[in-house]
Amino acid sequence: MTEAISTTPHTALTLPTRRHDPLDPPPEFDRIRQEQPATRLAFPDGHLGWLFTRYEDVRAGLADTRLSSHLPRRTSPVRITPLTEEDIEPFANDRSLINTDPPDHTRLRRLLTGQFTVRRMRALQPRIDQIVSDHIDAMARGPRPVDLVTVLALPVPSLVICELLGVPYTDRADFQRHSATLLDVTSTREEILTAIRSIREYMGELVRSKREHPTDDILTGLVHADAGGQPLTHDELVAIGVLLLIAGHETTANMIALGTLTLLRDRTRWEQLSAEPQLIPRAVEELLRYLSIVQFGLVRYAKERVELGGVVIQPGEYVVLHLPAANRDPDKFPDPHTLDFHRTNTHHLAFGHGVHQCLGQQLARVELTATFTRLTSRFPNLRLATPPDHVPMRDTMVVYGVRELLVDWDD
Amino acid sequence: MRVTVDQDVCCGSGMCVLTAPDIFTQRDTDGIVELRTDTVPPSHEDQVREAALLCPSGAITTH
Repeated sequence: MTEAISTTPHTALTLPTRRHDPLDPPPEFDRIRQEQPATRLAFPDGHLGWLFTRYEDVRAGLADTRLSSHLPRRTSPVRITPLTEEDIEPFANDRSLINTDPPDHTRLRRLLTGQFTVRRMRALQPRIDQIVSDHIDAMARGPRPVDLVTVLALPVPSLVICELLGVPYTDRADFQRHSATLLDVTSTREEILTAIRSIREYMGELVRSKREHPTDDILTGLVHADAGGQPLTHDELVAIGVLLLIAGHETTANMIALGTLTLLRDRTRWEQLSAEPQLIPRAVEELLRYLSIVQFGLVRYAKERVELGGVVIQPGEYVVLHLPAANRDPDKFPDPHTLDFHRTNTHHLAFGHGVHQCLGQQLARVELTATFTRLTSRFPNLRLATPPDHVPMRDTMVVYGVRELLVDWDD
Repeated sequence: MRVTVDQDVCCGSGMCVLTAPDIFTQRDTDGIVELRTDTVPPSHEDQVREAALLCPSGAITTH
C-alpha cells in the first residue's frame, strides 16, 4: 500500500502482484487505473511495454487484431524462468488457438467451435449433473474436514474434459501435475522442460491411438477433421489437445474452489444461494467478474502502430491487458469491490474478449452452475474448517485460486 | 429493428444464443451464428442490443 506510484509519464511501473486481501486484486490497481490508465510497464526481461487497466481500453485492446496473440518472445509481465532458444526450439512451431492470429486462428478455432455450442453444452448437462452428484455423495460419505479441491473442485472438470476430449481419466495424476508445473511462474527450467516434453509425448501417443482406433470424442474428431481442405498436422493436434486439456480443467477447478471460499468467508452469501438457487447463474457471472482468476492479465504484441487509451503503441511493443483491474473498474461496474448477485451488467472480461474469447466458456458456465447448485443444496451449513486467512493461495500461478480448501459441515 | 450477422468474423462464442435464443442460433457443424429471423420484434430489441454488445468479435449489427 505504501509503494509509491509515480505519475511521471516516463517512469515505468512494474506489475503489482501482491494482494492485501486474497479475494481482491493488488490494491495499487485502483490508483493506477485512475491516475495512469495507459502506462509504461517494465517487463522483467527488460522490455518496456504498456499496461492497460481501464475496462474500455482492455476490451478494445482484446478486440483489436493488430495486437497479436503470436508472441515472438516468451515475454511475461511477471518474472518467469528464462528458457534458451535451444530449449524452446523443439516446440517453437507449436500452433494452437491461443498463440495464432486470423486467418490461421480462424481455421483452427472453427474446427472446435461446433463442439462447444450452447446447445451442445446444454445437452451435456445431465451427465455433468451426474458427475457432480457422484462426487458430492462421495464427499458426504467420506472423512471430514475434507479438502474441497481434492474431492470436488479438481475432479469434476477433469473428468468432464477427459470424457469430452477422449483422454483416459485414469491418467489424470500425471497431466494434472504437468499442468500445475506449466502454470506456476516459479517452476525451474528443468521442471518446465520435463513437463512440456511429458505432456506433449502423452498427447502424441493419444493422437496416434485415436488415428488407429477412432472413438466418439473431440480428439478423434480433430484427427479426422478436414480444416479447409487441409488436415491438422500431428504437431497441431498435439498442441490443441494439450491446450484443451489444461484449459479445460484448471480454470473451472479454480473457480469452484475460490468461489466456494468467497461464498463461505461471508456466510450470508452461501445462505443466500442455498435459499435462492435461482440466483446461481447470476452469482456465477458475478464470481467470474469479481475473482478474474487469469490474475496477471493477457499479453499481446503490437504488429503495427496502435492507438489505445490515449497513447500510441509502437510496432514491436508488448502490451498487458489486465483482466482483474478492468473487471473492477468503477466506471463500468458501480461499487466494483462489492460482490452483488443482483448486478444487471454482466459484461465482464473474465473469459477475455475478441476472437480469442474462451472457447470453453459455455461449458464452464454449465459446470459452475451445476456444482454450486448441488453443493449449496446438499450442504446448506458448509463452513470453512480453517480461518480464511490460513487458506493457502495460488499466488504464483497464472490461474489464481486456492491450493487447498478444508471444509466441514453438520449433519 | 433489423439485425444482421457477419459469419466471417463470428468466433462461435455462443454469447448471442445465450442472450437472445429466439433470434440467434449456432450452426451445429462449426458453431457459427445463424439468424432465426432478421426482423426483431419490439419485445426482443433489448436482448438483441445486449447480444450485439456482448459479441466478442463484433459480428452482430442492429439497424
